[in-house]
Amino acid sequence: MWDYVKLVVLGVIAISAAIAANYARDMAYMVNAVVVMIAAAITFLVVLRTAGEVRTVNKNEYMDGVVRAGVIATSFWGIVGFLAGVFIASQLAWPQLNFEFLQGVGNYGRLRPLHTSAVIFAFGGNALIMSIFYIVQRTTATRLWGGNLAWFVFWGWQLMIVLAATSYIFGGTQGKEYAETVWYIDLWIVVVWLSLLAVFMGTLIQRKEPHIYVANWFLLAMIITIAMLHLVNNMAIPVSIFGSQSVQVTSGVQDAMIQWWYGHNAVGFFLTAGFLGMMYYFVPKQAERPVFSYKLSIIHFWALIFLYIWAGPHHLHYTALPDWASTLGMVFSVILWMPSWGGMINGLMTLSGAWDKLRTDPVIRMMVVSIGFYGMSTFEGPMMSIKAVNSLSHYTDWTIGHVHSGALGWNGMITFGALYFLTPRLWNRDGLYSLKLVSWHFWLATIGIVLYASAMWVSGIMEGLMWREVDANGYLVNAFADTVAAKYPMYVVRMLGGLMFLSGALIMCYNLWMTVRAQPARVTSHAAVPAE
Amino acid sequence: METYSFLRQFADSWALLALFLIFVGVIFWAFRPGSRRLHDEAANSIFRHDKMPAPDDDSPQTHVKEA
Repeated sequence: MWDYVKLVVLGVIAISAAIAANYARDMAYMVNAVVVMIAAAITFLVVLRTAGEVRTVNKNEYMDGVVRAGVIATSFWGIVGFLAGVFIASQLAWPQLNFEFLQGVGNYGRLRPLHTSAVIFAFGGNALIMSIFYIVQRTTATRLWGGNLAWFVFWGWQLMIVLAATSYIFGGTQGKEYAETVWYIDLWIVVVWLSLLAVFMGTLIQRKEPHIYVANWFLLAMIITIAMLHLVNNMAIPVSIFGSQSVQVTSGVQDAMIQWWYGHNAVGFFLTAGFLGMMYYFVPKQAERPVFSYKLSIIHFWALIFLYIWAGPHHLHYTALPDWASTLGMVFSVILWMPSWGGMINGLMTLSGAWDKLRTDPVIRMMVVSIGFYGMSTFEGPMMSIKAVNSLSHYTDWTIGHVHSGALGWNGMITFGALYFLTPRLWNRDGLYSLKLVSWHFWLATIGIVLYASAMWVSGIMEGLMWREVDANGYLVNAFADTVAAKYPMYVVRMLGGLMFLSGALIMCYNLWMTVRAQPARVTSHAAVPAE
Repeated sequence: METYSFLRQFADSWALLALFLIFVGVIFWAFRPGSRRLHDEAANSIFRHDKMPAPDDDSPQTHVKEA
């Protein structure tokens, strides 16, 4: 019965999407409507083929299929996002790569949001969803709540990614950084995200461990805060239900403040709290030792949660934002340095007594470097939020370098560590295919990040100094184009750094693929346990 | 008083005080006597149940024994 309801709903969605495509007022909307139609049709066929079958679920097994899918999706979107990044970095160095025949589709302005969303929401988002589903099951000793709702979250998120990507290149955008997705994609994100919350909370409520492990605190804080940020920042009224355009409810400085309250906490919760949840699970597991101090992890959690939400105004120094607000943002950003380093120390010291593993286990090396980059960028961030520093660094490549040392170093490396940790376990394989290839990945990625970050420091500080340079009569010395010309060598180095990082990720994909294909299956005691 | 001024004053007085007290309370709660055993227990919980969920009935070996 339930299957037939699904079929009816999917059929209605497919037909409505076809009608919407017909009435579409703009290209982005039409392409999206066609994508929705195809997605609904495929889902319709999948449901149809299994309709009426009796499905049994073994409650004594974890639901790992969706985590395996998450491993594949994370690796795939990682490659897509890094490739887009290398390409747009090349476009900045060599503008000829904005090809004439791709004008309006494949030029830098259209591809830049594609890159940022691909790495943050596709690569990072899938890494988070995958980790959430794995960690919450193991730490609560419970199978995921909600049955196929977890699969809905997985496929719903992939659909969101495809919709966003196709929308961006055809010009669909709200003009808000990291929140470019237009109104109907925003609504879809709400549906998927609340489903994720339901799966997570449902599993927590049914837990068989008395205590909720701290990783879950970070993950839950991430889910709830992102829901709140997303809802407030995307308050918009569509111009037409057949178009992608919408009008923001707030305007002017209020809108700017809401945008950077969102923008900074997307970093603070999506890319920090969520990935700290991953750190608090995967690092102790890989090191085979409990976290250094559980008390410190609790303090880390509450301090981070209480402080991060106030740091957003540092994106709006020297703007129409009132001075008190930007000072508040600066002060909280500086205070935030302390819990961040508390967390870093907690992660690193988890290895105390097991430092020898750094020599023998390249996966733990990757995790440690990621925590190192977390520490570095959470020092750099507060420093850059200080008004005097910000007056030099803002709008320059320094910001881009800072973001990438955090994103490539911290988020990227901890995700690679998690993928190396998960793959042999999920496919029941006896260890990774090649540790030597992990070492290659490690060094390529690390050197790539160092090249990237140092190129952007040099370029950013140079650019900042050139912009403010005045001659004896008070006239500006440099035109904007002079700074662009001066940055050329640094842009080439940055592209090379990105290329190395991408090559490392390709090696990882090969290694993971071969782990599943060529490694012997692990002999488990699990198989011998009689079903209860 | 207009809404903005009211919220502004409330935010930097009572709300600030309440949030600060909650924060300090949480930190003290983490250090309360007797918390060490619970925390050690929680920190090690990731090493149980790696392969499959705990059984449905409350069989004693998988559950934490509270003194």
